[in-house]
Amino acid sequence: MENNAKIEIKDLNLSIGKHHILKNINASIPSNKITVILGPSGCGKTTLLKSLNRLTELYPDVKMHGEICLDGQNILNGRHDVTQIRKRMGLLSQRPYPLPMSIYKNVTYGLRISGRKNKLFLQKRVEHYLREVNLWEEVKDRLKEPAGSLSIGQQQRLCLARGLAVDPAIILADEPTSALDPVSSQAIENMFQHLKQRYTIILVTHILRQAKRIADNVIFMYLGEVVEQGPADAVFENPSKEKTKAYLNGVFY
Amino acid sequence: MKTGNRYRSIQVNRLWREKLHSLWMNIALGIVIILPFLIAIGLLWKSEMLLEEHSLLNLLFSREWKPLSGKFGFYPFIISSLWVTILALLIAAPICLLTAIHLTQYADTWVLKVMHPVIDILAGIPSVIYGVWGILVIVPFISDYLGPLFGKQISGYSILAGAIVLSIMIIPFILNILIEVFKTIPNELSESSLALGATQWQTIKYVLIKKGMPGIISAFGLGLSRAFGETIAVLMVVGNVTRIPTGAFQPGYPLPALIANNYGEMMSIPLYDSALMLAALILFLVVLIFNFASRILIIKMEKRSQ
Repeated sequence: MENNAKIEIKDLNLSIGKHHILKNINASIPSNKITVILGPSGCGKTTLLKSLNRLTELYPDVKMHGEICLDGQNILNGRHDVTQIRKRMGLLSQRPYPLPMSIYKNVTYGLRISGRKNKLFLQKRVEHYLREVNLWEEVKDRLKEPAGSLSIGQQQRLCLARGLAVDPAIILADEPTSALDPVSSQAIENMFQHLKQRYTIILVTHILRQAKRIADNVIFMYLGEVVEQGPADAVFENPSKEKTKAYLNGVFY
Repeated sequence: MKTGNRYRSIQVNRLWREKLHSLWMNIALGIVIILPFLIAIGLLWKSEMLLEEHSLLNLLFSREWKPLSGKFGFYPFIISSLWVTILALLIAAPICLLTAIHLTQYADTWVLKVMHPVIDILAGIPSVIYGVWGILVIVPFISDYLGPLFGKQISGYSILAGAIVLSIMIIPFILNILIEVFKTIPNELSESSLALGATQWQTIKYVLIKKGMPGIISAFGLGLSRAFGETIAVLMVVGNVTRIPTGAFQPGYPLPALIANNYGEMMSIPLYDSALMLAALILFLVVLIFNFASRILIIKMEKRSQ
């Protein structure tokens, strides 16, 4: 287990102003698995997810200490170029936020800002990643249209393709289906099942059924603390903590 | 039974008052809506006399302004107005854009909190004070330093002086709109860009400015229309010489200054007041069109961002 961990979080604490949001988080995230961070709203799931690619640094008055080791290297110390760290993780947010440009340019954005200009290369990438998220057939004739003209489910898949195009090792997904209809949600879930062969996926959700459907590994959080973590079967079938049991049974306060 | 009646009469009373209130509110609203139309009609009616004698195109593009011999060419004034306004916008635009980006993207929140009242104070200073400041500071600065730098012997009362004063006057106005524009762009959008490995500057350049573009353009449009109509401060430093300016160091005579300087004085000259009213009408229409176009852009942007 230890050797297989893609990300190790050690004694991570995060506070914004006077609010202590993450308290002594210790967790390990295995590679090529879907790890679900589960918990009620406001327990710090999203903050934990965003501290993984250091987006939390943008918040005013934020203080963070502890370690987040990606492949054994602590990414929280200042030596690392934050843009390089972020490129290793694709982010999928609660609602799709397509960039204000064409579908084509959305997919190539990450490549273009890091200096890839070869047209043929970019074209191939666009097709490859749009196929990867099952969007190619729907948009291949309208690549020049603004991304905002797509339906919301399509936009979310486009955002996934955009994230994959920078060739990350990890996918961070923050309740990626909360704005989608059941069919689009299903499509995203299926895609994750397929993508986990090549990527480490971390999914934040408060939907228990979704977690049960796709999780390999679960981190259950409550009020800024990790209550329980481990393989999905163990946590769902045989929870060791009272709070986890309560949440799984839906009797939460 | 008695209480029932009383209750009903209170109820009737209430409804009646409600109607009365909505009536006077509607009247007030009506006045506000009708006012611009009344002004436009009044100006048109007054300038009609001149328009009967000369064609509009002729007046707009004729270079001769000799009221005594009945020649009313607005061309020098229109060109002066364009010079001052566009130059002012060119000075103000980059300052406003960079300041707004800094305040909303880089600066700590307290900086924005401090800046807001400062901007409002700048916006609230009477324009005559800007004019005096222009005479005391900008005009000597141009005649003593800027002019000689370009090898020119000038008084300092010039298009450039007008444009500098004007640009400072429209900065708070444009800045306020731009700050709002950048604030309405959701954080998650810049997070998406940053998560793809973009630097903050790349995010601003490729995403935020693009997303805010309609808002930015309309902020500049509103600034332009405000600059176009500004009178006193410009009039005090711009020189007021009836000539077609060909450079920023030359004096100019913008339309608002023409009206303010002459109305009420040489009214004995035939058609003079009518000519000034036509100048006012032109001013009114230009400002109206700029305002209108900018507002439409803002509305479109808000719709798109929803």
